[in-house]
Amino acid sequence: MELILEQMPVVLHSLNIGFLQTLKLFFVTLIGAIPLGLIIAFGSMSRFSPLRWLTRLIVWVVRGTPLMIQLLIIYYFPGLVLKNNWWGSGEAGRFIASSVAFIFNYACYFSEIYRGGIQGVPKGQQEAGMVLGMTKSQIFFKVTLLQMIKRIVPPMSNEIITLVKDTSLARIIALQEIIWAGQAFLKGSQGISGAIWPLFFTAVYYLIFNGILTVLLGRLEQKLDYFR
Amino acid sequence: MAILEVHNIEKHFGATRVLEDISFSLEQGQALAIIGSSGSGKTTLLRCLNFLETPDQGSIVVQSNTLFDAADPATQRESEIRKKRLHFGMVFQSFNLFPQYTALQNVTLASQLLAKEQPDFKANKARILADIEAHGKELLAQMGLADRAGHYPHQLSGGQQQRVAIARALALKPDILCFDEPTSALDPELTGEVLKVIRSLADQKTTMIIVTHEMAFARDVADQIIFMDGGVIVEQGDPHQVIEHPREERTKQFLARYAEN
Repeated sequence: MELILEQMPVVLHSLNIGFLQTLKLFFVTLIGAIPLGLIIAFGSMSRFSPLRWLTRLIVWVVRGTPLMIQLLIIYYFPGLVLKNNWWGSGEAGRFIASSVAFIFNYACYFSEIYRGGIQGVPKGQQEAGMVLGMTKSQIFFKVTLLQMIKRIVPPMSNEIITLVKDTSLARIIALQEIIWAGQAFLKGSQGISGAIWPLFFTAVYYLIFNGILTVLLGRLEQKLDYFR
Repeated sequence: MAILEVHNIEKHFGATRVLEDISFSLEQGQALAIIGSSGSGKTTLLRCLNFLETPDQGSIVVQSNTLFDAADPATQRESEIRKKRLHFGMVFQSFNLFPQYTALQNVTLASQLLAKEQPDFKANKARILADIEAHGKELLAQMGLADRAGHYPHQLSGGQQQRVAIARALALKPDILCFDEPTSALDPELTGEVLKVIRSLADQKTTMIIVTHEMAFARDVADQIIFMDGGVIVEQGDPHQVIEHPREERTKQFLARYAEN
């Protein structure tokens, strides 16, 4: 116990830096995947059937294979197969490769949630807008959108909380996120080695951050509770 | 001079013919009731008038303007359909109020959006919006809902919701107001308040087309009645004549079934 207290400042400093990278990956994924998911959702509902089937095929592959494999393929494929490692060998390259993999993977999950949300708004809402002389975009933004958002908040909350924990998968390509930072003390870093507790302690970070997210998303859900 | 003329409308869904050679006309200030069993094409006919369905044959003329002619593609441009819809108001069986807006906002939303398209909107914004709101409140008061303006749809009873929907349709001052079975989704004790509102609109000489299963109401309120069966108009004429002394065998059978229930 005394040893842990002694190691604490060094470890926390390291874990903080790692968690910053975790947060960066988390927010970049959200910012990229939320709009990209909407585009994929429209693709999967397109009246042009080749586009619809292509989009659904992609969603099937992305959702049907492990994110870890997608990370490995996206990171190593250019260098090992195309003999042109456009990601570079540094941390920046690993971060971009991880971001690409996470954004694409999460956009596919989000697209299915959006699709359910859009299709869940009764057709009568659209028709009511039409007979009142509204344009298609007025109907989408003034009538459908908020009803859709209300429907997707609970399933999106679930995915967002999963995303916080999934960022740890980027460890597989040595992205220096919090798991990587905790593991470093096992092998030896900054004069500490053979310590397992920093790795276990990373859980506290995830737990606290997810606690904050749960409260915020719960508030959003409550805000939208004024209509049914 | 008829305000509405419908000529030879025909509509198919795939291989099924749902409307066949539908023709009728309606005078300004008159109410037309359309009766018939489920699946007889009444709702599809109303949806054609509101451009929610496109007829395969026939034409629709409002105030001598040909709004739609199946033979003339120039009358079917997507960009103009939106404006053409405004000749008709529509009250749906399931109300279709916008749940995220209050009763008053439901009534005023479309007027506000249309006003924003006018070139002089920016200059007179405050006055135009105030006028729209005052008109909306007036309509709600006319529906007996003055004290419900700030309520959301889920806080209102079915009958109140349908009255908001009627106010919403009236807000755009349509030439012809269409009702698609306005009381069919309501509990029996709530139909009365909605029928009363429609009756008072008839007294004010609102031009209306009412698809309904309320036979006595249709007889008392309408100036003209149409009985449809299997996508065709079987009989049309004076309401008392059609309901009390039908000429056609199919009308007699339909009304007899109603009398039994």
